Amino acid sequence: MTTYNLTTPVKEEDIRKLKANDVLYLTGTIVTARDQAHKRALQLFRDGKKLPINLEGLAVFHCGPIVKKDGDEWKVVAAGPTTSTRMDIFEDEFIKNFKARVIIGKGGMGSRTTEAMQKYGAIYGAFTGGAAVLAAKAIKSVKTVEWIDLGMPEALWIFETKDFGPLTVAIDSHGNNLFEDVRKTTEENRPAIYRRLGIRQ
Amino acid sequence: MSAWVYKIALELGGKTLSLETTVEKVAVNLLRLAVTQLPRDVKEALQNGYREETSESGKTQLKAILDNIELAEKTQTPMCQDTGTIIFYVKAGADVKHLDRIENALFKATRTATKEVPLRPNAVDPFTQKNTGDNTGKHIPYVNWEIIPGDTIEITVLPKGGGSENVCVTRMLVPGEGIIGLKKFVIDSILKAGSKPCPPNILGVAIGGGADIAMKLAKSSLLRPLGKSNPNPEIAKLEQELLQAANSTGIGPMGLGGKTTVLGVNVEYAARHPASYPAAVAFNCWAARRASARIHSDLHVEYLTHEMR
Repeated sequence: MTTYNLTTPVKEEDIRKLKANDVLYLTGTIVTARDQAHKRALQLFRDGKKLPINLEGLAVFHCGPIVKKDGDEWKVVAAGPTTSTRMDIFEDEFIKNFKARVIIGKGGMGSRTTEAMQKYGAIYGAFTGGAAVLAAKAIKSVKTVEWIDLGMPEALWIFETKDFGPLTVAIDSHGNNLFEDVRKTTEENRPAIYRRLGIRQ
Repeated sequence: MSAWVYKIALELGGKTLSLETTVEKVAVNLLRLAVTQLPRDVKEALQNGYREETSESGKTQLKAILDNIELAEKTQTPMCQDTGTIIFYVKAGADVKHLDRIENALFKATRTATKEVPLRPNAVDPFTQKNTGDNTGKHIPYVNWEIIPGDTIEITVLPKGGGSENVCVTRMLVPGEGIIGLKKFVIDSILKAGSKPCPPNILGVAIGGGADIAMKLAKSSLLRPLGKSNPNPEIAKLEQELLQAANSTGIGPMGLGGKTTVLGVNVEYAARHPASYPAAVAFNCWAARRASARIHSDLHVEYLTHEMR
């Protein structure tokens, strides 16, 4: 396990250095996107239109934050990750089209996303679910918000961060997926647990 | 109206007004305390988990959780951006007058806390998909009532996170399989939930009654402090057995591997119909938030789970 500090835009060669189980702290631009934002971004791409922000080398954060307006300024109150599996249906295309290098969320993602990360050079950084204050502390400012018509949780919040983390590299760009490994381990453990509890298989 | 009757009415009016106001004020305090500060038993269980966890990534997750809890407490900020669906449990003394006004006070408190704490607006109309914006809606916040002897009111709030709610299960098991069937149901539910409910979790398990009764008991058992077993020694043994089984799955903190998957298992039961064996598993996330207070007849307030600063 190695700890890395990277700054956005992240280069592909830097992403390729990261291995599953490493820890990453990220400084720079992080953009939130949940179900609706993924859907809209991909539709715009198909229509040959530009996104409000160039995502190349940036981090995409599966997050619906609590944000408060303080005078003219937006202030992040709490910003923990949401469950990433819901974005599994979009993420491979998203990585391919927009070249985002870091996807941040909780709970892990599936084989389609893992393959896209291997092919195009991206990683999945697991941020501790619910650790919303820790996340908010590393968010230094809200640069801007786009697509606020989608509502507070679904909008594209563009955050400037300093040492955002710890992110556990759970899917690296070499085909390794920690969540998949854990799932295999738990399946291997199932028969012994059944035996101990007296459950017939 | 004679002067005497008028005086009584005034006193009663004054009293009911202040009971309502007190309930509202206490409920706002409870909501703030619950979302910003974990009860001591949960915090200690997470600290123990961190000390005993051997998986590296599991330890990283628990450290982030502990750092987050400390920051939330210090800055009086919600520890998780999902401040949950608001559920109240009220133990109402049979001698307290105007109990009918309490529910209204709890709704008002929820709206106030949503603005002031703040809480994330989490009440959505299931037909129009419109968020009400203030955490209230049809049947929400949900109030569970229990009538107790005496003249006190005990209020508990359980802000229940969505991630752990999504893996709660009720199943009608086969009576012939008995407790073994229950054990399989619980362990299968844990394995299926995996990383989704933000482990380490607290599990409420209940059998008997009916489909609704089992889930109601499972959920309310989440209010039992960690380390407090069911008074029935046989059930306490089952709780320990399920806890050990859960922690040998390998799911670990946030599903990234390790032995800290569940912090506690609370089992409850009700008598069952001869043909039915209802069972329910309620998951709570590591942010197992709850807060309680007792209001006495002189409106003196006793906070039961937290220190009021």
